[in-house]
Amino acid sequence: MAGVLEQIRNVCALGALQSVVAIPRAIPIIHAGPGCGQKLWSGLSNGNGFQGASYVGGHAVPCTNATEKEVVFGGEDKLRETIGNTLKVMDGDLYVVMTGCTADIVGDDVGEVVRSFAAKGAPIVYVETGGFKGDNYFGHELLWDAIIDQFLEKSDTVEQGLVNVWSVLPYQDPYWTGTLHAIADLLRSLGLRPNIIYGPGEGVASVKRIPSAQFNLLLSPWVGLRTVRRLEERFGTPFLHYPTLPIGATETGTFLRTVGAYAGVRGETVEAFIHREESRYYYYVERSADLLFETRFLPGHFVTIADSFYSLGLTRFLINDLGLIPEVQFITELVPEEHRPLIDAEFASFDEGLVSPVLYGADGGTVREELTKRKFRERPLILGSSWDRVIARELKGYPLSVAMPVSDRLVLSRTFAGYEGALRLTEDIYSVILSSFQ
Amino acid sequence: MAINLDISEAPIRESRLGAITGYSGTLKDLVARTGCGATIKNCERTFSQTSSCSSGCAQTLLANIADAAIVNHAPIGCAGDTVYHNIANHYGRFYRELGNRNIQLINTNMEESDTVFGGNEKLRDGILEAWRRFSPKAIFVTTSCASGIIGDDIKGVISELGDDVPVPVIPVSCEGFRSKVWASGFDAAFHAVLTGIVKPPRQKQPNLVNMVNFRGSARDYVRRLFGEIGLEPRFIVPFATVEELETISEAAVTATVCTTLGSYIGTALEEQYGVPYVKTIPPHGFVGIEAWLRGIGAAVGKQADVEQLIERERAATSADLEEIRRRLKGKRAVLGMGPSYAQSYLGVLDELGIEVLHAASWHYDQQYDYGEQPPAILRAASREKDISFSVGDQQLYEIGNTLSRLKPDIYFSRHPGSSVWAAKLGITAVPVIDEYTAFGHHGLVNFGWRIIDAVTNRNFVNRLAGWVKLPYSSWWYEQDPYSFLERGEV
Repeated sequence: MAGVLEQIRNVCALGALQSVVAIPRAIPIIHAGPGCGQKLWSGLSNGNGFQGASYVGGHAVPCTNATEKEVVFGGEDKLRETIGNTLKVMDGDLYVVMTGCTADIVGDDVGEVVRSFAAKGAPIVYVETGGFKGDNYFGHELLWDAIIDQFLEKSDTVEQGLVNVWSVLPYQDPYWTGTLHAIADLLRSLGLRPNIIYGPGEGVASVKRIPSAQFNLLLSPWVGLRTVRRLEERFGTPFLHYPTLPIGATETGTFLRTVGAYAGVRGETVEAFIHREESRYYYYVERSADLLFETRFLPGHFVTIADSFYSLGLTRFLINDLGLIPEVQFITELVPEEHRPLIDAEFASFDEGLVSPVLYGADGGTVREELTKRKFRERPLILGSSWDRVIARELKGYPLSVAMPVSDRLVLSRTFAGYEGALRLTEDIYSVILSSFQ
Repeated sequence: MAINLDISEAPIRESRLGAITGYSGTLKDLVARTGCGATIKNCERTFSQTSSCSSGCAQTLLANIADAAIVNHAPIGCAGDTVYHNIANHYGRFYRELGNRNIQLINTNMEESDTVFGGNEKLRDGILEAWRRFSPKAIFVTTSCASGIIGDDIKGVISELGDDVPVPVIPVSCEGFRSKVWASGFDAAFHAVLTGIVKPPRQKQPNLVNMVNFRGSARDYVRRLFGEIGLEPRFIVPFATVEELETISEAAVTATVCTTLGSYIGTALEEQYGVPYVKTIPPHGFVGIEAWLRGIGAAVGKQADVEQLIERERAATSADLEEIRRRLKGKRAVLGMGPSYAQSYLGVLDELGIEVLHAASWHYDQQYDYGEQPPAILRAASREKDISFSVGDQQLYEIGNTLSRLKPDIYFSRHPGSSVWAAKLGITAVPVIDEYTAFGHHGLVNFGWRIIDAVTNRNFVNRLAGWVKLPYSSWWYEQDPYSFLERGEV
């Protein structure tokens, strides 16, 4: 049983509505109370990098705005009416009905209502995401179960080189757009054709293309395993699971070699690209070295407070590339027990035999208590959310907001992934340090 | 109908004030049909977009009380808006030099098992943790759809705490599904403050004004105005301390910047403790501030001082207003705001010389808690010209359709997530985020210059609109904007 929480770092299962919003021209229809959409958008998008409403987010999301009447007498009629009119008013290519607590506790037969529209040819699916069922990582996987089972159709052909990319959660990760773009660029450099489902691109057309891919690339510690396994089961598409978000030359090189080998890309192609990128990358690293070594403002040990994507990815980079020392890492999403051994193993395999302690849990009070009982000899680097800027200040640390909620910066296309992303991260970290006193 | 502080929760606005969220017609028609004791029925929609709920409004007031804590008894998503409340918290504390800390809020993280076996245990944990972590002077327990439907015994859990938590622990009934009018959440919060915090007056404070507001950005301005007539404001509820809230019953008068916000607490303090509540139009624009100051002056016997103050304020700003009116002449606007602002800004835009083509009000209270129609709508309806008027809980598809038909020069809006959609249509949007926008004589001229700036350089909206499309079908733009509103009694 998950305990009570101070300082939310993710939202409930219905938060997966933002994954729908991230697909251009896909339209969520939420069967929920009047405040759910606003609260989830506020937490995941508006207060998290100020990501905006996009095509159909924020208050544009169709919703039954369930009231006492729907709770007492059931909300199926209201839902039917709302879906019917959504199909007239809202211009989209895929409609996803998602439920909130009210509908799921009352027990509305949403499937029955939605199937009646699907039977008439509407591109519509449903998923039961009542907030009490789990967090938005869980809801995100439920969403894909629904799209795979109710929307995708088997493909007659496999498109060689086409790779579906499954990685960070849209909106939950304020840097998702830039990150997916960076991953796509890396794959293209190997001669592969990335199928990026979210963000600027082809929208629902890229969803429909999923079954024809050569393979699914899961670039994630655990989120999405359920999705790629389901895709393998349903369409026979194999998957490559690479757990660490590649940040910096070391991990990105390993990532490219792994993907290249899996996809049958010629070794010379891979090595030529890595060499070209590293030459450029290390030109800048060399420039940074003067500051990094000849300054009195070096950070001490580092702490990450982020979901497993970022906690692991950042820790790898900071240890293996920047040469920093880990203090403790907090993993904030609810990681199912069965996936923890893999994450623990990843945190025990860094260069120089370094190991970082890992704590699971999102409660800000626990983070505060854990950090205040530690002795930091130098000012620590604290990569967390905007909540953590307060404890960072108390510890005289250097805070950089990398995880939801990021409310102290506007995020557009920034990413920390790949070669270029690592340079951005290095700039960001040392800019925080240098601007902390001037 | 008097406010009843002996019951555990404030009745929702629909039942208390005849509040509606669905209407389309004209301003004069709405006023005529809701005057002299008459009421109209709400028109339901057969299509709607996600709105907002009471819980958000309750928490936005309570989360920023300087030394209180909240336990939000809900699944984690219901705390999604606390991210934004924390931004407001940092902003408010920074400018008040209150020290840097996060909001003090614990979410009980309700899960499936809690909906089956009940969430009382977690609620108890949450309250005990809030006490242990924050040592607050009071703890508010906000409810949710989930905790409300499964029927968790909030009061029972609180009463069993006994001496373990030696400060007031107060339930705030703000389940989202109970009301379509998110402002019901303000009343839920005020009810909790009134029943759990406020004490009977020990000694009246003849110079103290309860100033009911949100973020309180114009504190220095308000302090100066009040200071010139020998009064002192106490800004409530955000950023006040529990101790300050305990003694609002001792104030000489209660005034508000937003009559939607102030109705419940103002009326309750008047009925319960004899603190007069200023029932004039809100203090926006010359006309608004003058009526409001006179209301305050009358309540405390300082009429002559108020007249002199008004003279001085007017003299300092009149020439500026003339220049603004000259520059804005011929500009046409649509506005979409909460009821108090929608009504009040009809007057404000009149004063600036801007013609309003249509006004949308996020809800409409047919009367306030003291039993009268909102004064600002009466004033707006007394003008010679009638205007097209709608009521909707921020239904953007109606607004988008309306704007694309009327093509105004400016869209004035109030509420996060509303103005950007006008900008996407290429219409200059002027959001009224700060409640003190157009407050008083100086506020009106500042607002006027801001509008002039906004219409002077339209490059951003023009380029934006050139690229983006709103999510509505072409079919929708051919329909009447209010065609999904079921017709009520005519």
